[in-house]
Order: sequence, then C-alpha cells, then structure tokens
Amino acid sequence: MNGPFDAKAYVAHMEKVVDLKIRDEWRPTVEANMAATGKAANLIMSFPLDDEVEAAPVFLP
Amino acid sequence: MTITPHMTRTATQTAAAVQSGAISAEAVATHALADINRLNPIVNAYTDITTERALTEARAVDKRLAAGETLPLAGVPYAVKNLFDIESVVTRAGSKINLSNQPASADASLIQRLSQAGGVLTGGLHMGEYAYDFTGENAHDGNCLNPHDTTRMTGGSSSGSGAAAASGMVPITLGSDTNGSIRVPSSFCGLFGLKPTFGRLSRAGSFPFVGDLDHLGPLARTAEDLALVFDVLQGHDPADPAQANRPGIATKATLSEGIENLRIAVAGGYFRKSGQPEAFNAVDLVAAELGANREIDIPEAARARAAAYIITTAQSSALHLGRLKKQPENFDPDTRDRFLSGAMVPAVWVQQAQRFRTWFQHQMRDIFKDVDVLLAPTTPFHALPSGTKTVVLDGVELPARPNIGLFTQPISFIGLPVVSVPVWLEGAALPIGVQVIAPAWREDIALRVAHHLQHSGAVSAPVAGITTGIN
Repeated sequence: MNGPFDAKAYVAHMEKVVDLKIRDEWRPTVEANMAATGKAANLIMSFPLDDEVEAAPVFLP
Repeated sequence: MTITPHMTRTATQTAAAVQSGAISAEAVATHALADINRLNPIVNAYTDITTERALTEARAVDKRLAAGETLPLAGVPYAVKNLFDIESVVTRAGSKINLSNQPASADASLIQRLSQAGGVLTGGLHMGEYAYDFTGENAHDGNCLNPHDTTRMTGGSSSGSGAAAASGMVPITLGSDTNGSIRVPSSFCGLFGLKPTFGRLSRAGSFPFVGDLDHLGPLARTAEDLALVFDVLQGHDPADPAQANRPGIATKATLSEGIENLRIAVAGGYFRKSGQPEAFNAVDLVAAELGANREIDIPEAARARAAAYIITTAQSSALHLGRLKKQPENFDPDTRDRFLSGAMVPAVWVQQAQRFRTWFQHQMRDIFKDVDVLLAPTTPFHALPSGTKTVVLDGVELPARPNIGLFTQPISFIGLPVVSVPVWLEGAALPIGVQVIAPAWREDIALRVAHHLQHSGAVSAPVAGITTGIN
C-alpha cells in the first residue's frame, strides 16, 4: 500500500457502500479494528506470490 | 469444593464400568447432573442443561446393554459447545440474537454419532459470541470462569467446553476451533484438546463461524479419552459438503505404540518469541521429555497468522451482515465492532490471504518431510485475569484478545492436526498448553505423543478443586 492506511476515512466511506449504521460510540473501536486488519493486509499484500499459486477451492460440482 | 469419585472418572473408565454392569448409565447420568447443578453456578459452563434428555438417553443405553450390545461410550456423559444443534434446543452460538430462532429439529451429526455409541448428552455449553473470541467472556451469558482459578478466564471460544471438563462435571466435551478455540481453553483450563485435520470431522448441524477454517473436536482429561471419542466421531457424512473424502483412522488402537521412531522438533523463530517465560518453559519441558533437541524455523508464520486474521474477519462478517445491518445493538460489544470492520475488507486482501494459504501449506509439507511432530506453545501465557484488556509481549503493550491466539492461528490456518497437552510447571498454580502438531491426517501421531507424555507424568489434567468464597 502507498502510505499509511487511513482507517478512519476508509470506514466512513465503506459504511455507506455496505449500508451499515455505525453509532458514534462504536466508531473508535471499529476504526481500530479496521486499522489492525490493514496492518495484517500489509503483511500479506507485500509478499510476492507466483502466478500459479491458487487459492484452495472446496466447491465440488 | 469436594471432588467426588464420579468427577475424576475418565470416559474410558465409565464406559468400561457401565458396559460391565458395575454401574448403570442412569446412575452415572444422575451423578453427573448433580455435579453439574452443584458446580455450574460457580463456573457458568452450561447455558442449557438437558436433564430429561440425559436421563432418557441413559435409560436407553441401559436397555441396549441389557439386549447384548457393546457400546464404546456406554453411559459416558458429555456436553457440547452451544453452536452444536441439539434437538429441541435453540442453537445459541453464544448470541442473544439466535435465541429468537426455532429450536433445532435434529441433533448435529457428531452428537448423533456419540449417541449411537452410547454417550449421554447433558447439555449445551457457554461460548464467546458467534465463536469470535479467545477469552470466555460473553456480554449476554456472563463470563465463564476458570475452574483452576475463578478470577481468571477459561479462554475461548469453547469456554464452557473447557470449564465443564476441567471442573469434572463431565469427562468429555465437544468444541470448535477456527483459530484456536479448542486449544486455547485446553491451555488455560489444563486439558487435552484435539483439533483434528481440517475436513476430517463432519460439521453438519453446527453453527458456522468461518467455513474455510472451522474445525470441530473433543476436549478431555486424558489422551486416551480423546482417542476413544475421536474414533467414534469419524466417518463420512454427505450432509457436510466440505468434509474431505478420506478414510478414517483407528487412533485408540495405536495409542500405546510409543515415540521411539518419531522425529520430533521444536518450532522455532516466530514460536520462540512474543510469549511469557511459562510458554517457552512448558515447550522445553515437553521437548526434554521427548528427547527433542532440534529447532526448526517456521518461515512466514506471522504472515500466516495475518492471513488467517483477514479471512476470519471478512468471511464471518459476510455471514452476519444481515444481522449487523438490522440489529447491531444486539451483538456483544466485543464482537460487534470486529464484525462491522470485517464487513468492509477489500476482496483483494481476502483473495491474497487465500493464495498465501496455499503457499504456506507447501512450506509446511516440506518441513514435515524431515519431522513427524512439531512442538509449539499453545498460548503465550497462563490464563489471564478476567477482564484483561492488554498484555505486554516483548516489551510492547498489545490488545489481549487477539493475541491469545498468537501461536494457534498459523497452525489451524492450514488445517494441521494438533493435540494441546497440559503442562504444570514446577510451583505454578495454573496449567499451560503445548501444541503437539502432526502432519495432515495423522491425528494418531499427535495422540500417541500426548499419551506418552501423560504416562511419563510430564503432562496431566487433574480435576480442579474449585476454590471460591462460597465453598
């Protein structure tokens, strides 16, 4: 990711996209959790994976 | 609080006594129900006590034995985390919201298997809301308390499964483990806990948390009891589309084969830091007992944990999205805010985490070419005092809840079988678990090692003599 992940702005945007209603008193912890997820994502997104590495499917037609 | 002989009897001992006619299943059930009713007000392990069902089921077992049947779990009382469907009981999954659902119309597949084998169900057990928990704290049902020290957490999310077995109410409980929820309460409550290989046991009739990571399994006070129950729980179930098409294994039969030909190593790197001394001392004690003097670095375990975290929060939040939109106020505050943020995770993060899972699986397969067993801490510390919000690890203050699963999460991420074994360090007032990790589909190896350790006296799961002000 470029620069620090702005969890506050992201939550404000995504709650509209997903149609969630976040009360003011819940907001700081929702943002803190989003920031923690962003930190975890940084670890994953910065790790190079070869093109042939596929997610394991469980769907069996 | 007095520990009666009924409370210390293992499932294996009870089944033998009932099968031989030394005691009736009905008498065992009556004693168990009395113990449950006496102890539950103290530890809060049960949310639903199925008294009538237990007595009816026990009488049916006595009839089957009288008719000449042989039952591997003859009259063994047990209980299940309340995300398992119990016929005629509402499946709470630790929530207030699900209480408005209809009662379950049938038992979960694993309960059906235990009933068929002569087990006697005594009720549904406390858990963290929707299994998104490592503490055993629940805003709706109150906290489940650790029988070894009631001021401390049981660990979660299979909190009641830990408290009920550790207090001697029943010898066997079932729990679920997505990121550590069988192994963490096993560590905090001093039990043997088996998280089988992902896809091994049917999940049909259980309320999901994260379909890609959910496992079901037993907790007990001996490795032998784990093997006894695990062998009964196995079997193909068309009702679970995610169950792997694998033949079952007979783990009880090989339990006493010892450890002579096993290559055992300690997991290094990530698994040797970010814990309190007791976590590593426990691993060292077990390693010494097993003669394991190799340490193997597990590459990218921190990323494995991060990937499991992302998949967990995104997939569970999608499951609960309707409820999050309609009635967010009815969630436990400690899970609601995580579900709300999880509903906003970008798809590319999730997909990359899923692809990383495959990468990590290949790394671990390579490692298991050279070893048969890896040892790692189960939890970074002993059971925390109830209400603990932060912990200090390697000099850094971190939120307690998610970090309880620091060492369990990378292992369940790729579905490896684990038995958490309970260690009592010299002078310690509390137990702590060590993960005995085996290659995929080799629960028999982990159980053999656990059994060996129990026989050598290195690990043990005594019934807690509960001490509170109301004795």
